Amino acid sequence: MAASPTDLSAAFVMTPVPAADWLVVLPPAWCLLAGAVLLMLRKSLRLQALIALPALAVLVVIDGLLLAHVAVNGPVTMVMGRWLPPFGIAFTADLTGVLFALAGAVVAFAGGMHALADIDASGRRYGFYPFLLLLMAGVSGAFLTGDVFNLYVWFEVLLISSFGLITLGSEPRQIDGAIKYAFLNLVATTLFLVTTGYLYGIFGTLNMADIASKAAAGRAELPLMTLATLYLLAFGMKAAAFPVNFWLPASYHTPNIVVSALFAGLLTKVGIYALLRTLVMLFPVEREELSFLIALAGVATMILGALGALGQSDIRRLLGYVVISGIGVMLAGLSLGSPGGIGGAIFYALHSMVVMTALYMAAGLAGRLAGSFDLNRLGGLYTRSALFSALSLVLFFAASGLPPFSGFWPKVMVAKAAIDIGAWWLTAAVFLTGFLTTIALGRVFALAYWRPATQSLPAQTISASALLPLAGLTVLTVVFGLFPEALLSFVQHAEQGLSNPDAYIGSVFPGGK
Amino acid sequence: MEFPFVLLIGLFFAAAVYLMLSKFLVRVLLGVVLLGNGVNLLLFTNGRILRDVPPIIPDGHDVPATLTANPLPQALILTAIVISFSFFAFLLVLVYRAYQDLGTDNGNEMRLAEPEDDPLPPTGY
Repeated sequence: MAASPTDLSAAFVMTPVPAADWLVVLPPAWCLLAGAVLLMLRKSLRLQALIALPALAVLVVIDGLLLAHVAVNGPVTMVMGRWLPPFGIAFTADLTGVLFALAGAVVAFAGGMHALADIDASGRRYGFYPFLLLLMAGVSGAFLTGDVFNLYVWFEVLLISSFGLITLGSEPRQIDGAIKYAFLNLVATTLFLVTTGYLYGIFGTLNMADIASKAAAGRAELPLMTLATLYLLAFGMKAAAFPVNFWLPASYHTPNIVVSALFAGLLTKVGIYALLRTLVMLFPVEREELSFLIALAGVATMILGALGALGQSDIRRLLGYVVISGIGVMLAGLSLGSPGGIGGAIFYALHSMVVMTALYMAAGLAGRLAGSFDLNRLGGLYTRSALFSALSLVLFFAASGLPPFSGFWPKVMVAKAAIDIGAWWLTAAVFLTGFLTTIALGRVFALAYWRPATQSLPAQTISASALLPLAGLTVLTVVFGLFPEALLSFVQHAEQGLSNPDAYIGSVFPGGK
Repeated sequence: MEFPFVLLIGLFFAAAVYLMLSKFLVRVLLGVVLLGNGVNLLLFTNGRILRDVPPIIPDGHDVPATLTANPLPQALILTAIVISFSFFAFLLVLVYRAYQDLGTDNGNEMRLAEPEDDPLPPTGY
């Protein structure tokens, strides 16, 4: 190419991107590629899982490498089309985003493996694996993007994939659940778009690092409270926070159980991640002013979720309420805003991704072994499989927040952070929720596992491909419950990166502003 | 030029919310369409509406000499239109399928996923 007459360095990043930095865009790009290949091969059912599972395993490896890269070098940025930020769309991976992305990839791999036994040929023909890969493209993109409008686009990518997954099979009750899920989630993302429009009108930029520094500089004269409140509503709806959470118990129990498991692990947590990203990193002062409101919403979410779980006889619906009560704990952590609170929220989100996915898988297996999901009819599972019952019990304890499993530490962090500022009622709510969840899940164990079978059980066995991912996720909760130090230090660094985004901004604008 | 647009957006939002509060899914669907278009108009208005000024930077300047309409929100709308249209198409099919399978377009009567007479869990062992 001939020498360019104009100086391109004013508009373009002139240095080539280091090889390691390509990891930033690889997770969504890889998922899109694998999803596209699977779409083309959707007629050959045997190839679907053969391609999808290695692809998801590679995604786990990519996210793991990215975590190692970010842990050593701090936040990493790559811009699309070489345009200098804030003009090009930036992908910025910081520790918070990468931790969420890695946990999501692990959950998706476990779900893909569990689906071998749970999704039949017709589900595969309708494209379970392509939808799963495209869902992961949306999820990874949302966790790694550094641009607010781009975040909206990834939200829509994961939403349309989740529509495909929730209607897989097209049974009437699925259609019923999908209607409520689809309409309310669409309203939430539209609200997100409205807010993003206002955000652009106010700042003239969509780059998160640019917004964070401009907000810090011009807070006095900008109507940032409006933005923070609207984001709280939009992402609170995505995260299933009270009082905008009624789509979740109406829909999460209707699809195939592995789809429920993936949704419980991934979708609400994307909402929590977006709340952390916007309220903690972009609008910390406004978050502080909204903290009482967020705390009230958190308390209502966790307690009403736990009470809802107590009142359900269908174990899949019961788990939907357990998901909600966990969201309440994360909101409580977010409302505190202190290192312990935010760190607790991040830790709890990671724990919840793993545990809720595993719990839905366990519920699916319980339903298959006993021929029913109804607590009035379930029974005798312990005599069928002691190993499966032991795994379930560990998961029940972990979801209730009992030591020594992974749910214990984030709850302690949030409870202590609440006591530190004298919010005793928040601590009390966290403990009360743990107590109620223990009763709800303990009752499931007593009735479905301990109680002698009330009817003759169908002759079903658990296949290894169904049990292995469940066991793997359970081992994760035990390991991170017994040895939380490594994850705790990651979470603390992630929290510092969110609360003090200098490193994040420095990675997007290396030369300073 | 912005002020009439603001009124129009308000009208769109009000009509959308009114329709979406209906229990009949067809009206909710129409509400979703109106909401999507209201949001597109909102984005459009955010980028200033100055029809008469061409966005051309004169010689010797780095930025336009006067205020011009910002093209970026228009690019955002293009994305948003595509997304909201595809979602509308999906919802339309979903609602039609629901009407076929469930025999109603009344949201209150769709109780398959959450039956009204759902039993309580056993209170004793």
